[in-house]
Amino acid sequence: MTAIGSKVRLLVGTRKGAFILTADAARKKWQIDGPHFPGWEIYHLKGSPADPNRLYASQSSGWFGQIVQRSDDGGKTWAPVGNNFAYDGVPGTHQWYDGTPHPWEFKRVWHIEPSLTNPDEVYAGVEDAALFHSTDGGQNWAELAGLRTHTTGSAWQPGAGGMCLHTILIDPSDPKRIVIAISAAGAFRTDDGGTTWKPINRGLHSQHIPDPTAEVGHCVHHIAAHPSRPGTLFMQKHWDIMRSDDAGDNWREVSGNLPTDFGFVIDVHAHEPETLYVVPIKSDSEHFVPDGKLRVYRSRTGGNDWEPLTKGLPQSDCYVNVLRDAMAIDRLDSCGVYFGTSGGQVYASADSGDNWNAIVHDLPPVLSVEVQTLA
Amino acid sequence: MSGIPIRVELPAHLRTLARIAGHEVALDVPASPTIAAVLDVLEAAYPMLRGTIRDQATRERRAFLRFFACQQDISLDSPDAPLPAAIVSGAEPLIILGAVAGG
Repeated sequence: MTAIGSKVRLLVGTRKGAFILTADAARKKWQIDGPHFPGWEIYHLKGSPADPNRLYASQSSGWFGQIVQRSDDGGKTWAPVGNNFAYDGVPGTHQWYDGTPHPWEFKRVWHIEPSLTNPDEVYAGVEDAALFHSTDGGQNWAELAGLRTHTTGSAWQPGAGGMCLHTILIDPSDPKRIVIAISAAGAFRTDDGGTTWKPINRGLHSQHIPDPTAEVGHCVHHIAAHPSRPGTLFMQKHWDIMRSDDAGDNWREVSGNLPTDFGFVIDVHAHEPETLYVVPIKSDSEHFVPDGKLRVYRSRTGGNDWEPLTKGLPQSDCYVNVLRDAMAIDRLDSCGVYFGTSGGQVYASADSGDNWNAIVHDLPPVLSVEVQTLA
Repeated sequence: MSGIPIRVELPAHLRTLARIAGHEVALDVPASPTIAAVLDVLEAAYPMLRGTIRDQATRERRAFLRFFACQQDISLDSPDAPLPAAIVSGAEPLIILGAVAGG
């Protein structure tokens, strides 16, 4: 196999700032840079696949609201860009937790997804759920309102963490096909670049909603796909690991032998499209790993059969959570897997999850982890 | 300067965001300064502060920020009310303060 990179750069968003962690391909010795934007919540940072030096960061605060930062030098320096996320027209209402109508109100950007081909094009998933789009490097944002104004929109309800659009997957073979997910409305897909959307929740079963197989209302936590198989989607739902082989039109459960099928993260191996990773979490209210043991579970069969990965991870007295955007996969020959915890640790495996080490132990609670594989 | 020099004190996080050295920024505000007029000039000089003090659409003050002038909390005054004489004369700064709360 030909090497496709010689170093990696982790982009870590935390409750109190952003950190950039870099290492060579051995991934043993790490340089820690940060905090950037100290004191601010950094829900997500992500680099452009078309220009790895172009990074975007969502910076927010209960006091001062939303800022978007951009770096053109790989995170050495940053400058704020546009932060006016105005819904298209009068946004109307969605449902509140108690079922009453509640006005759509912008709160923050949860997820930033740069275009696969154009560094100046970028999507932002926000709370209250909507998808925004910029074609000028984040200076100006326009809502792709066909999603929010879908006929089901007025019936969407927030999950416990808010009504957030947290997942954006662009199909590498057809950039007009985009899959998004909203807690707790479910998954949606556009095939026309964001003008029209349809719910893709057939096969999901959620016992905590009045109609367990409803068209919308499912608390989807995260979705992942391998770039070579964009039609195969893997979902961590509130409960259940789900799989679709038709771009979300139909789903089936692949939770198999997991100790609990609740969790937030899910990701796919860089070179094995049927190898998946999840971190089971005890729920509904605890939201920490079961039995005091931090275990990543890996399936090499596209789901159903799962094995615990524990070497190097704490196996007693551990009570952390791993949030939905806090796992990432690098593309080096020996695939690296990374995740960050609510306890401020960032763990790395340079061998597909067989062995783990903590890169850092004591960051603020980790909200997101992304990785760039660099030449 | 064509307008009235107004001193504005900003929270530390906003000074960092706008790369303002020191505790205060001096703004040249048109005659009859008001909170709204001061914020208009501030946001024009420092566009990255748009939305951080007041909503970009409704122009309402963000909930966890307050406006202090001459030892008075003027947050609930009309944003179009004239500022106190000591602010207009430059003897006192208009203080934009973040609530001391949160984790």
